[in-house]
Amino acid sequence: MIIEQTYQVRGGDFAHAGDASSKVKKLLKQLDVDPRKIKSIVIALYEAEVNIVAHAWEGIIRILIDRDHIRMVLEDKGPGIADIEQAMVEGYSTASREVREMGFGAGMGLSNIKRNTDQMEITSRVGEGTVLTMVNYF
Amino acid sequence: MRVDPAKCIGCTHCMQVCPTEAIRVSNGLAVITGERCVDCGNCMRACPVDAFYIMQDDLSLMQKFKYRVALFPSVMIGQFPEHITDDQIYGALLELGFTHLMEVEQPIHWLVEAYRKYHAENPDIRPLISSFCPAIVRLIQIRYPTLIDHIVMVKAPHDLAAHYALERLKGEGAQEGETGLFYITPCSAKIAAVKRPLGEKESIVDGILNMDEMYNRVMQVISSRPGVGSSGYREYLTREGILWPLPRGEARLFKHKSMAIDGIHNVVKMLERLETENHPELEFLELRSCDQGCAGGILLSGNRFLTVERLERRARTFPHSHEVNPDGPAKADVLEKLVTDPIEPARVFQLDPDRSRAIEKMALVEKILCRLPAIDCAACGAPNCHALAEDIVMGKAKMTDCLFLQAEWQHEGRVTPARGFRNMEKIWGEGRFKADCKKKGARNEGY
Ligand SMILES: Nc1ncnc2c1ncn2[C@@H]1O[C@H](COP(=O)(O)OP(=O)(O)OP(=O)(O)O)[C@@H](O)[C@H]1O
Ligand code: SF4
Ligand SMILES: [Mg+2]
Repeated sequence: MIIEQTYQVRGGDFAHAGDASSKVKKLLKQLDVDPRKIKSIVIALYEAEVNIVAHAWEGIIRILIDRDHIRMVLEDKGPGIADIEQAMVEGYSTASREVREMGFGAGMGLSNIKRNTDQMEITSRVGEGTVLTMVNYF
Repeated sequence: MRVDPAKCIGCTHCMQVCPTEAIRVSNGLAVITGERCVDCGNCMRACPVDAFYIMQDDLSLMQKFKYRVALFPSVMIGQFPEHITDDQIYGALLELGFTHLMEVEQPIHWLVEAYRKYHAENPDIRPLISSFCPAIVRLIQIRYPTLIDHIVMVKAPHDLAAHYALERLKGEGAQEGETGLFYITPCSAKIAAVKRPLGEKESIVDGILNMDEMYNRVMQVISSRPGVGSSGYREYLTREGILWPLPRGEARLFKHKSMAIDGIHNVVKMLERLETENHPELEFLELRSCDQGCAGGILLSGNRFLTVERLERRARTFPHSHEVNPDGPAKADVLEKLVTDPIEPARVFQLDPDRSRAIEKMALVEKILCRLPAIDCAACGAPNCHALAEDIVMGKAKMTDCLFLQAEWQHEGRVTPARGFRNMEKIWGEGRFKADCKKKGARNEGY
């Protein structure tokens, strides 16, 4: 058996950025996953959630929890990422002035995700959207 | 924290304010799950009929000891009406049979030094979280295990004062077993922590006295005694010490790089955030379960804002802590004893120790939630629909406990009305639904 959850994310809705990660956190605690692993998962998911809010128009998060791992797929409609390699570089950011004023846009999100996940994959089409897949083992 | 079955009327007030969903109603009585309880006292505050109580020791326990020390926090003084002086309160406590009186926040500078040392020795852990409030430590232990590492492993003022008093009395010639330490506290969580200390073999104090009871006793004898010069009893009391149990009492040590949050529901919001976001710019977080810190302690008699007010004024007349820093051989001994034992995460919310079974149970919770009405009315005896779904999966409740679902099943002929009524009485007590104009509760509870 696996647990499946989906969450909607709206672009620009900073007030609710983090809702999905905090719900997933509660599930993982009930499943008694190692607190340190939960922390990594939640940090990665939070960064990914904020990226949709900050950079895309709307998105959907699909969570699959199995007995030894969690798979998180974040699919958004948005501008896409033209050069993924460059986007991954620490400190690189195209965040708008507004987004920076809210305390985001340091260009640390994707590298933080990389550090906190066991597998990470990005595919993107410019002008259409981005799919980020993350897998963590418990 | 206990429920008096003679007083409990089986309403839902306590259940709704419990921050860990530790309370259920069964057979018309509130039932507390001990392993989930953090002893914050919210249930006791919310109870319209005073059905919650806290165990305490008998004052007569004192007679066993030659030296009888009353340990009490500064809020003990702060709760009295302004016209009653410190000297009168000290006088009344002596009248009650104590030989030594010690406000616990002394010598607070030792604790300040212990905090600074811990802060310097753990530069990678930010923010540090205060260990002062046992309700919060317990909350972190059961609900926020990822944050356990942030807790400052230094004990609280009452431990400081207890060890210090023992050392001093030993110095004055007290023999082993002659000194009895009695801790007067306004705090249900401190009482629980002293009664069943986490990881320690035995508590250092010999007795716990509830502050509301001591308040009454002091009030009763206060006029029969003129008061004593209290300054001899509190030579190491300082401004910082007096303010310690109040909001920002500890946070002020870390100036603007710190934050103080009081009220357990506010604390929960902060801890939730802290689990997802890093806040390395914050050096120190002071988290207190009660509104206005210990001035809002559950067993405190005075108004919490007036208590803060009185203590702030009182504090201004005392020297700063670094000016009163008694050195000597006792210091090292006491400091050594102020290191907290390691805190282990407690798994009280996990659905099953076996991951596959836990996942099955979680899926079942989701399925049950499809059937429940999402009204969160608590008429099932659980605080909300989700809690009931979990109880059902854990085998502690059944589907028909939801009165709406049961009504639907009666409508469909799957449950007989007689059966349905019995189910309701199982939760709310036999005879509960008979008309009774004298019943307690329900009147002006909303105000
Ligand atoms: N879902 C997305 N859609 C479009 N562009 C994205 C998306 N996620 C990331 N990017 C691009 O990649 C860049 C780097 O992302 P990253 O998360 O590392 O930093 P950031 O979001 O700009 O700042 P920070 O995460 O530190 O607040 C972004 O500035 C943006 O140009
Ligand atoms: S704030 Fe003070 S009185 Fe209230 S629970 Fe915490 S330590 Fe006890
Ligand atoms: Mg980002």
